[in-house]
Amino acid sequence: MPKLKVNDIEVEVEEGLTVLQACEKAGAEIPRFCYHEKLSIAGNCRMCLVEMEKSPKPIASCAMPAAEGMNIKTNTRFVEKARKGVMEFLLANHPLDCPVCDQGGECDLQDQSMFYGVDKSRFKENKRAVPEKYMGPLIKTQMTRCIHCTRCVRFATEVAGVSELGAIGRGEDMQITTYLEQSMQSELSANVIDLCPVGALTSKPYVFEARPWELKKTETVDVMDAVGSNVRVDTYDWEVKRVLPIINEDINEEWISDKTRYACDGLLNQRLDTPFIKYNRKFEKASWSEVFKIIKSKFENSSKDRVCGFVGDLTNMETGYIFKEFFDRTLNNYNYESRSDNRFLDNSKRENYIFNSSINGIEDADLIFLIGANPRYEATILNARIRKAFVNNNTKVISLNDVGDLTYTYKNLDGQTQTIKNIFEGSDEISKEIISATKPMIIIGESLLKLNYAENLFYLIKNFLKKNNKFTDNWNPLNILSCDAATVGNFDLGILNKEKSLLDELKSNKFEIVYLIGQDNLEFNKKDEFVIYQGSHGDKGAEIADIILPGSAYTEQEGFFTNLEGKVQKAYKASYPPGEAKEDWQIINELAEVMNNRKLFNDKEELESSMFNYLKLQQEKQTSKNKEKTYSEFQNEKLNIHLKDYYFSNVIARSSKTMIECNNSKLNIKSTGTEG
Amino acid sequence: MSLRRPAKNQPETFEFSSSSMEEANKIVLKYPKGKQQSAVMALLYIAQKQNDNWIPLAAMKYIAKFLDMPYIKVYEVATFYTMYNLSPVGKYFVQVCTTTPCMIRGANKLVEACKEKISDKENELSNDKSCSWMEVECLGACVNAPMMQINDNYYEDLDKEKTIEIFNKILKGEDPKPGSYRGRLNTEPENNRKTLMDVKNA
Amino acid sequence: MLKDQDRIFKNLYNDMGVDVKSAQKRGDWVNTSELTAKGRDWIINEIKDSQLRGRGGAGFPTGLKWSFAPKEVGSRPHYLVINADESEPGTCKDRDILRFEPHKLIEGCLIASYAVQAHACYIYIRGEYFIEGQKLQSAIDDAYEKNLIGKNAAGTGWDLDIYIHYGAGAYICGEETALLESIEGKKGQPRLKPPFPALIGLYGCPTIINNVETIAVVPTILRRGGKWFSSLGREKNTGTKIFCISGNVNNPCNVEEEMNIPLKELIEVHAGGVVGGWENLQAVIPGGSSMPLIPKEKCETLTMDFDSLMAEKSGLGTAGIVVINKDQDIIKCMARIARFYKHESCGQCTPCREGSGWMWRMLERMAKGEATKDEVDMLGDVTNQIAGHTICAFGEGSSWPVQGLLRHFKREIVERNNLDPIVQKKNNIPYLVDQHLLDKKNA
Repeated sequence: MPKLKVNDIEVEVEEGLTVLQACEKAGAEIPRFCYHEKLSIAGNCRMCLVEMEKSPKPIASCAMPAAEGMNIKTNTRFVEKARKGVMEFLLANHPLDCPVCDQGGECDLQDQSMFYGVDKSRFKENKRAVPEKYMGPLIKTQMTRCIHCTRCVRFATEVAGVSELGAIGRGEDMQITTYLEQSMQSELSANVIDLCPVGALTSKPYVFEARPWELKKTETVDVMDAVGSNVRVDTYDWEVKRVLPIINEDINEEWISDKTRYACDGLLNQRLDTPFIKYNRKFEKASWSEVFKIIKSKFENSSKDRVCGFVGDLTNMETGYIFKEFFDRTLNNYNYESRSDNRFLDNSKRENYIFNSSINGIEDADLIFLIGANPRYEATILNARIRKAFVNNNTKVISLNDVGDLTYTYKNLDGQTQTIKNIFEGSDEISKEIISATKPMIIIGESLLKLNYAENLFYLIKNFLKKNNKFTDNWNPLNILSCDAATVGNFDLGILNKEKSLLDELKSNKFEIVYLIGQDNLEFNKKDEFVIYQGSHGDKGAEIADIILPGSAYTEQEGFFTNLEGKVQKAYKASYPPGEAKEDWQIINELAEVMNNRKLFNDKEELESSMFNYLKLQQEKQTSKNKEKTYSEFQNEKLNIHLKDYYFSNVIARSSKTMIECNNSKLNIKSTGTEG
Repeated sequence: MSLRRPAKNQPETFEFSSSSMEEANKIVLKYPKGKQQSAVMALLYIAQKQNDNWIPLAAMKYIAKFLDMPYIKVYEVATFYTMYNLSPVGKYFVQVCTTTPCMIRGANKLVEACKEKISDKENELSNDKSCSWMEVECLGACVNAPMMQINDNYYEDLDKEKTIEIFNKILKGEDPKPGSYRGRLNTEPENNRKTLMDVKNA
Repeated sequence: MLKDQDRIFKNLYNDMGVDVKSAQKRGDWVNTSELTAKGRDWIINEIKDSQLRGRGGAGFPTGLKWSFAPKEVGSRPHYLVINADESEPGTCKDRDILRFEPHKLIEGCLIASYAVQAHACYIYIRGEYFIEGQKLQSAIDDAYEKNLIGKNAAGTGWDLDIYIHYGAGAYICGEETALLESIEGKKGQPRLKPPFPALIGLYGCPTIINNVETIAVVPTILRRGGKWFSSLGREKNTGTKIFCISGNVNNPCNVEEEMNIPLKELIEVHAGGVVGGWENLQAVIPGGSSMPLIPKEKCETLTMDFDSLMAEKSGLGTAGIVVINKDQDIIKCMARIARFYKHESCGQCTPCREGSGWMWRMLERMAKGEATKDEVDMLGDVTNQIAGHTICAFGEGSSWPVQGLLRHFKREIVERNNLDPIVQKKNNIPYLVDQHLLDKKNA
């Protein structure tokens, strides 16, 4: 480990780190524009110049490897002069339009010019003007502001894996653009907005909406997929103005998908803001006491095994738990379910439904086998991690199906379950590869679990891995790729019915009362059922409802979500529910009070501690069970990957205008045939 | 020079002719396996030769596929290097060097000749559509200044009259002889040679 | 004057023909295998003894450069790359080597490849030299046919393939790492250093990059001995060099001469004197456009080598001498050079991208007398803000000529540009925001 001096402070840094990182370790802040920890080093902005002993020229600290015995100075006149010079060049052709620039207030150039800018411009020539570029519905460009740091280009090529951005021309005429100004075909595209240190790339949906200092910032988690990206929700009064990523190295590093970022305008549309009752096929506004009274009488007038409940894909764990308690304690029945399809699940062990190798583990894996999954659309951020492993470690990726472009190259097989059988019975080339891999990852998508012989295949895979000692103390090769934010949490809470398929019974119209909590994905023909829908948006569930209880979205109530790895994270309240709407747990608690004259829980705290107690008990129960099943029955099936429409995968996204635009821009690309 | 932009009217498709294809395949072999991207510059040049001295967007796309590289990377290369013409130029493409060593020996007279004989503006086709001209940076024949390049050939030691003579020829569709127009041998000091006398005219 | 027998490039003007046979008559290829038989260390030591310095501009000792190549070939092959992207205004020496002495270059490639253990050599020729490239290609084809390169090249037991890679109009590709990027099929934007190409170069492999002239003189040095070469010129500035004398001289020419030759001798003897007589001399750019110019007073005694020019705050560069007489407007000459650099900046790093255009525009105004007094010093500031702050040496290359102008011709600029920085009368300057104030009397 090299030791060096920064401003006379001695620091020791790891091999391979740069002078810039060493300076930071020594507490010396280095201004930068092009340097970004997660991207390759470009060294082109020249703002990070520092003085190095024995070098007549200042050096770019971001690009210089830290070496033994270096003597670095960051606070001398020499350094200041160099940086001031660079700053003058950067500002020479930069427009003076900060007052109308969306980046204002969070602009690196603005901030740095406070330290290194000169108060007066000496540049008397005409400033350069660069035409705007079209980069799709999310990214607004104002290329005159561009300082050519190429962060966006590097992000697109390295992280997003779509080489669509580039710098064309040369010298002072260099311009950043997409190929022939087409929109960027990536689900991570909007991260370039965060990366842009100036206002050249700004957010199109957020244009002129607010100034950063006017916004209330709440750090929370995202629910658009099961990854649980950490985000910051910025609100202006009630309205969620934007969603930004925050760094969590274990999950999303510092990226979020476009859906996570831009579905937030769906929180403003199609909202249920007051209770409704359906009279003669028309919804009429009602009060909470009215609807509770009706529900109570309905419950009292039907037999308890004719009542069922379904929990949805965005429901937080508290809501799921109190719903379950409501059935267990108030209704005395166990007809609740969180799956909207008949997928296989053995929840006797938690490892059977989570992503055991963990997202960070992807970078340690030496073989990744995707079975029935398309991570690009099912878990965009996780896919970016697979790409990272592919790029950095040249990790081999195999997919049972040809699932199109995953932003990395992979070997695809024929998509037949017979192939899975061959592989995991050990009679295939790939079996050997799995056996010889030290850290293989088998990623099983939900599509596989929906197959007729899913159970057999699942145990075939698991047992093969067991037999070949792939389960070790620090590695679990078995991974289930869940798609929805609530899935794993619901399974942990045991919101399932193992005795019978409630879905089949629902389809054969066995129930009199159906209680839906944010569940919009059920497919059944409604006959005489009395449907209670509790949720935030007027979507498919609300359409078939007889009573609507307006609940809250994930930004409007506190609540826990368990991500696909099994990490429990809390979503915080950034805004409040609109109109008469209430937090979901409250609604159920109050309904329980109406029905039994007793609340289920006195307050949220009691609910939380009861829930965590329950989870703990479940966890303890699991460790004692150790029986593993084996199955032999098998018939070949074609494994089709069921993808939800990426931009419309949940109620919030479906209500978002931005998501519609994203979808359209993708369709346009296809129809113009630019692929050929 | 501002950013060079692709021409407005673009052909729909582009394909290598069989001779271009043969040449392209040969060039790819010059580079190590998997490094075929190295051939992009040469292939753009082949495309330019094949397509009347300019590169349409379709050709960039074709080359990108040919070499298995992203379109934008080909586009970047094509806009970075100035020898790629992104819009049509004359069959005779005249490039006059006007950098200082040529400038101080009267390159502006050559530019005058271009304006008189070819067209008033740079990059504009002559009346008969056969020629166009532009000013370029140093062509690396400074001791033979002033000079110009027409397609691949260098025309050296010029003045206005000689330049006009050359233009008269190309406007008639003739190919003038390249090289020095003062009759000297390459880069030797004209009428003043003091070195290697024993091999001179040997 | 250098004796003809000590000239390396005997066919500089193509008196004799370029084919293998003619080349062999001049001594090329006669005993190549004997030279390589003496071993790598001998070759490198001989080159070190000769004190040969790179002919491409920077003047880095060639023997030392070769010794940076890894001693053992690991998993990555070594490459030799020849820089024939001759684009420096005032320079046209490599062109003559490519077209008239190709076998000196090819033989040099073989010996150098052997010394640095490369089996593949790329010659990067600027795209405009298409004809020269073709001539070199036919010489290469010829050499393959005669088994001088290829498998067991020239009986040396060494396999070597030589490929030509054409540029396409980018001065910056003469910068060695930009050149590598260009061979890799990318934009010619210089790489960050470290790592240096000797360890991580072309395709990430160890790569030695040399100028055409450097490599072309190697066989002759080995034949006649490093001692012979170092006996010419003076300590650390040894050997012969092709000088290109262009501009306002009576007989512009290329000529091979001894290092440390007086500038006046080059101009007066070889180039037939300054147009209008020595007294009409204004200034000389001694080493290609990026070297600061030297005013007439100093040209009297100046000798042409790396160190003596360095002492004059200029440099030998490529030895492209541009003579400027008093009929020329020196500010305009430099403005044109600034335009060249603005046009050729790759645009990668900030100071060069933004600064080169700024310098050019200021100089254009100064040539017309449209600048204010304070701008003259400001121009100096701008050059200082570019030089030393860029990724590659282009920053120096573009700012040094301007600095040279300011150093020696500041008076001319100031005389011509005496506008008051404070705007006194209404000039219709559209971007001057406070224009309206001028309409008021007390403004």
